[in-house]
Amino acid sequence: METQELARNESFEVEQREWKLRQRKERGKQLLTIVSPLFLLVLWEVMSRTGILDIRFFPPPSTIVQTFYDMVVSGVMAKHVGVSLYRIFIGFLAGVIPGIIVGLLMGLYSPIRHFVQPIVMALMPIPTLALLPIIIILFGIGDLSKVVTIAGSVFFPVVINTAAGVLNIDKIYLDVANNYQTSQWNFFFKIALPGALPVMLEGIQMGQAIALLTIVAAEMMGATSGIGYLIWTSYKAFLLPEMYVGLILISFFGYLFSLILRALQNKLLPWR
Amino acid sequence: MEGKPKITVDGLMKAFYKKQGSVIALEDISLTVDEGEFVCIVGPSGCGKTTLLRILAGLEQPSVGSFTIATETNDRPLQSMVFQERGVIPWLTVRENVAFGLKMRNLPKAFITERTDFYLKKTGLERFASLYPKELSGGMKQRVSIARAFANDPEILLMDEPFGALDEQNRFILQEELLSIWAETKKTVLFITHSIDEALLLSDRILLMGAQPGKIIEEIIIDMPRPRKMEDVRKDPEMAAKFIDIWRHLQEEVLKSRE
Repeated sequence: METQELARNESFEVEQREWKLRQRKERGKQLLTIVSPLFLLVLWEVMSRTGILDIRFFPPPSTIVQTFYDMVVSGVMAKHVGVSLYRIFIGFLAGVIPGIIVGLLMGLYSPIRHFVQPIVMALMPIPTLALLPIIIILFGIGDLSKVVTIAGSVFFPVVINTAAGVLNIDKIYLDVANNYQTSQWNFFFKIALPGALPVMLEGIQMGQAIALLTIVAAEMMGATSGIGYLIWTSYKAFLLPEMYVGLILISFFGYLFSLILRALQNKLLPWR
Repeated sequence: MEGKPKITVDGLMKAFYKKQGSVIALEDISLTVDEGEFVCIVGPSGCGKTTLLRILAGLEQPSVGSFTIATETNDRPLQSMVFQERGVIPWLTVRENVAFGLKMRNLPKAFITERTDFYLKKTGLERFASLYPKELSGGMKQRVSIARAFANDPEILLMDEPFGALDEQNRFILQEELLSIWAETKKTVLFITHSIDEALLLSDRILLMGAQPGKIIEEIIIDMPRPRKMEDVRKDPEMAAKFIDIWRHLQEEVLKSRE
């Protein structure tokens, strides 16, 4: 009995040591993740200060941070960011909502799918940005033309993913719905919509990324404010720190929106 | 058990049309199931037993022939099906799944809650009521499926190999649970399985199906007294003889379909 007890304790100890070792390795990996961007920034700082990098094209990060701060204090930042976020938000909704509706209709009714699919497929490869001159002529150089451009770009991934989401619902759930005499209305809200939601949200996530790409380009042409305008005018005036601030803003909002949508996804799909 | 016929199937045929050559899935199926009877259909895979069940469930149309399900009142659904394991809807909680049929029929809320609670308790799912199916074991999921069908209170219950995906111990437990719920409600059940043991334990009557084309080749009455336990079925020499009889028939069918 005594020896058995000892052997047990020993095996626990062995496993504990193994566990601690694994923990230490895990922490090491986390550290690497934090260190890598910092390393890049320090390298950049040193290289541009020592003249290895041309300071005119690659101003040191400390200068960019200073510019960032100045722009926040002067209120220039708030103006550009506010305008861009407003356009992104409205344009995003104006693309996502019709995208979901048309996508659901395509997924649920095959005649609609057969009619709409070729149109969607033919229009999708055309970059909305290539249509920007026409959009500006039609909708002016104000917010509306940007909103339309973003909506046009966001619409396609959402439509396609929503339709695919409905079509990918396991047939057995359709049988269950039929067997339990589900009405059209209930079928739509209890089966089709929740069943399609995971794939649909992937499409919305893609649309979000596209919206950011689009706003920058759309504001470079025929705009008087916004993050894209900031990047473009700074670039033309050779104010590279300001331009970098614009790029950092885009990167920041892209990351932020991804996080928000992920959180939304977890909230909406508790059953996954 | 001398009831009136509840399910009557008359000269039912089902063909599947394909350009490369059509197949007859079901040939001239005629059968009756009495009120309160538990009937198992046993047959080799591909014999069309699932097709027969899907026709009775209204999920497919027969090519020729007809069937009727006798009704007494109008407020009951004709039939409810217990599907295979994947049939539990993943985005509804256990409670919502059990209440599904009742909700779809827009019954009063209080009534739905009462009936759902009753069957959640009956199947031992109370504690899991607010969980999603992903958190349940296979056996628990099938309890949800069974509770959903019974809660809907249909004229007849159709079961499509509900325990096919379960391990043996869980299968025995669920079979006995099913029998105890069935004994209380006295529903008419048509149950499909490929397990001879399962059919012997559950049925009042077994219908053996042959393949290609699918037809009923043999009827076996199981008159062993209820309540039955798996141990008793295994011990009983008469049941052992029936097992061998069914097995021989099935073996023949399987060999025939290989030729």
